[in-house]
Amino acid sequence: MDPATLTNRIKSTIVNRWLRIKPIFASHPSPEEQLSYRSMWKTAILAVGSVAIIPLITITMVDYQVTQKAISSEFLLRAARVVSNTQRSIGFFLDERRSALSFLIRDNDMPALLNEKRLAAILANLQHSFGGGFIDLGVIDHLGRQLVYTGPFDLTDKVYTEQKWFKQVAERGVFISDVLLGYRLVPHMVIAVKNQLPDGTYYILRASVGIEPFQHLLSNLELGGHGDAFIINHNAILQTPSRYYGKFLGKSSLPVPSYSDHTEVLEMNTPQGEPLVIGYRFLKDTPFILMIVKKKAELMARWYKTRIELILFLAVSVTIILSVILCMATYMVTRIFEADQRRLAAIHHAEYANKMASIGRMSASVAHEINNPLAIINEKAGLIQDLFTFQKTYAEDAKLNQLLDGIAASVRRAGNITKRLLAFARNLEVVEVEDIDLVALISEVLSFLGKESEHRGIQIQVNAPEDLLQVQSHRGKLQQIFLNIINNAMAAMDDGGRLEVTVHPEVKKALSVDISDNGRGIPEEDLRRVFEPFFSTKTKRGGTGLGLSITYNLVQEIGGQIFVESDLNKGTRFTVRVPTRISMQEGDQNARATG
Amino acid sequence: MRVLLVDDEVGFVSVLTERLVMRGMVAEYASSSKEAIQRIQDNSYDLVVLDVKMPGVSGLALKKELLNINPELKFIFLTGYCSDNVIDEISQDANGNIFLVKPVEINELIKVMNQVFPDERKAT
Repeated sequence: MDPATLTNRIKSTIVNRWLRIKPIFASHPSPEEQLSYRSMWKTAILAVGSVAIIPLITITMVDYQVTQKAISSEFLLRAARVVSNTQRSIGFFLDERRSALSFLIRDNDMPALLNEKRLAAILANLQHSFGGGFIDLGVIDHLGRQLVYTGPFDLTDKVYTEQKWFKQVAERGVFISDVLLGYRLVPHMVIAVKNQLPDGTYYILRASVGIEPFQHLLSNLELGGHGDAFIINHNAILQTPSRYYGKFLGKSSLPVPSYSDHTEVLEMNTPQGEPLVIGYRFLKDTPFILMIVKKKAELMARWYKTRIELILFLAVSVTIILSVILCMATYMVTRIFEADQRRLAAIHHAEYANKMASIGRMSASVAHEINNPLAIINEKAGLIQDLFTFQKTYAEDAKLNQLLDGIAASVRRAGNITKRLLAFARNLEVVEVEDIDLVALISEVLSFLGKESEHRGIQIQVNAPEDLLQVQSHRGKLQQIFLNIINNAMAAMDDGGRLEVTVHPEVKKALSVDISDNGRGIPEEDLRRVFEPFFSTKTKRGGTGLGLSITYNLVQEIGGQIFVESDLNKGTRFTVRVPTRISMQEGDQNARATG
Repeated sequence: MRVLLVDDEVGFVSVLTERLVMRGMVAEYASSSKEAIQRIQDNSYDLVVLDVKMPGVSGLALKKELLNINPELKFIFLTGYCSDNVIDEISQDANGNIFLVKPVEINELIKVMNQVFPDERKAT
C-alpha cells in the first residue's frame, strides 16, 4: 500500500469514528438551530462543571497549603527540639567542668594548690571522676604567671599576662576558650576560673579539657540522611568536625547566624543554592554556637509524596467529573434535540394531514361543480344526437355525428378526470382497511402524472407478475406514499428519463415495490438523512424537507418498510415493503393519526 | 312506467327528460323539492330519479318525504360525487339505494331503470 492511500484510509477512519460519536444535534441542517443546541450544551457543561470543579480545586488548594504548613512546622519544631536537647547536654558538660574547677579553687586555699603533688592528685581525681575530659591543670597568679602546672607539658613559669583569655578571666571570673590544637595537636579547650582574695589579689585555676565527649555526643545524634551537627565559634570557625560544611578548625561554609538567646530554626540556601534548614543555639557563657543542619529536600520528601497524591487525586476527580458532565450534557441535549425534532415532525405531520384533507375537500367540491355542467353538456349533446337519430333529418350527416361523438368523448374524458379526483379525495378520508390491487393503485397514481411525463418525454414502465396477491391496507396512505416517491423521482430526472416500477411478492407475507429512476442520484452523506424531517437539498427551491419524512411515517403506519439506495448521477431506487395484512394495532393508530 | 326526474339544474334535467320521452317513456321533471312534492301529490309515478344534492334538502331526505306520500315509489340517485367505488359508475349503498355518477350515459340510466322494474312495464 502506498503512503497516500494509507493516509487517506487513516483520515477516513478518523472521520468515521468522529461521525459515530458526534452528537446528532451537532449536525443539524440549520446553522442557527445547531448553534442554539451547541450553546445549550456549552452552557450546561460550563455551569455544572464550574459548580463542581471550583469548590473541589479550592478545597484541594486549602488542603495543600494546610498540609504543607503542618509538615514544615512539624520538622522545624523537631529540628528545634533536637538542637535544644543537644544544647542542654553540651551545656551540662561544660557547666559540670566549670563547677568542678570553681569548687576546687574554693575548696583548696592557695598554698594547697601551689603544692605540686596536691595538684597532680587533684588532676588524677578529676580524670577519674569525669572521664577523659581533663588533660592538665595550672595555677596562675594575678600577674599572669603560672605558678604550678601538672600535666603532660612543662608549662611552669609561663606568663599569660598579655593573653586575651587572662584578661577576660580577670574581668569576668570565668573563661571558656575556643577549641585549640595546642602543642600536642590534640583538640582541646581551656576552662579557667578565678578566686578573689581579701587582699585584692586573686589567682586562677586553669584546665585543658578534651573535646572527645562533644564530638561523641554530636556524632551520635540521630539526624538521618544528610543531617549534620557541629559547633562553630562566633567567627564561624568549626569547633567540631562537620560532615559537609567545612574542615575542622577551618572556616565553616555557612555564615554565623544572628544572635538569639533561644533555640532558633532558620531556612537558608547554601552558596550552591541548596535549601537548608538550620537549627542553632548560642551556648551561654561560651564562644560556641551549636548548629544542626538538614537538607530541606529530605525533610520535605514526605510532603512531596503527599503533594503528588493530592495532585493526582485532583486530576483524577476533575477528569471523572468532567467526563461525567460531558456525557450527561451530551445525553441531555441529544434528548432535548430528539424531543424537539419529534415534536416538530409531529406538528408538521399534522399540518401535512390537514393540508391533504383541505386539498381533498377542495378537489371534491371542484370536481362536483364541474360534473354538473359536464352533465348538462352531455345531455344537450345527447339530445342533439337523439334528435338526429329520431327525426332522421341529419342521421346521414357523418360530419355532425362525428362532432357529437367528439363532444361525448371529451365529456367522458373530463368525467374520468373528475372521477379520479373525487376518488383520490375520498381515499384520503377513508381510514378502513380494504383489499387493494397494488398494481392498479400504482397505475392510478401514475395516471395523475401521465401528462407531465408525456410532456417531458419520461418513459414509465410498470413490471408486475400476473397473479399478484391483493394487499389489505389503507388506500389513501398507499396512494400518498407512491405519489410522493414518484413525484420525487420525476423531479430528480431530466427530460427523457426513465422511471421503472417493479412489484414482486416477498417471502414474508409482503409485496415489495421498487421505484427506480435514472436521475441525478443522492450523495452518500445525504442518503442516511433523507428520511429525517426537514432534511432538504432544495430548501432554496421551495422544498419543505418533509416529503420523505412523511412518506417514511406513512410507510410505518401501514406496517411497512422503506429503503433507499442511490448512485450519484446514475439514479435512485426506493423500495417499499408493503405487508399483505396490516395488524390491528397499526390500524387503530392510523385511525387516530388521520382522524 | 311513469318517471319523475328531480334536479335543481334545469338545463340538465329538462334535456334528460326530453330524451327519455323521445325513447317512449312517460317522464316529467321537477327542478326543486317543493315542485317534486307537488307533482308526487298530484300524479302517480313509478320511479323517481333524484339528485343527491339539491339546495336546501338532500336527495335522501326528499326520498323519505316522497315515500310518505306514495310508498310504492322506486328511486334512483344521480350524484356529482363518487360514492364508494372509483371504477364503477354505478353503485349501491347499504340501504339498497342505487347511485349513478354524473355525467351519466343515457343508455346506462335506462339499463338501471329496467333493472329496477324488470316486469311488463319496461320502457323501450
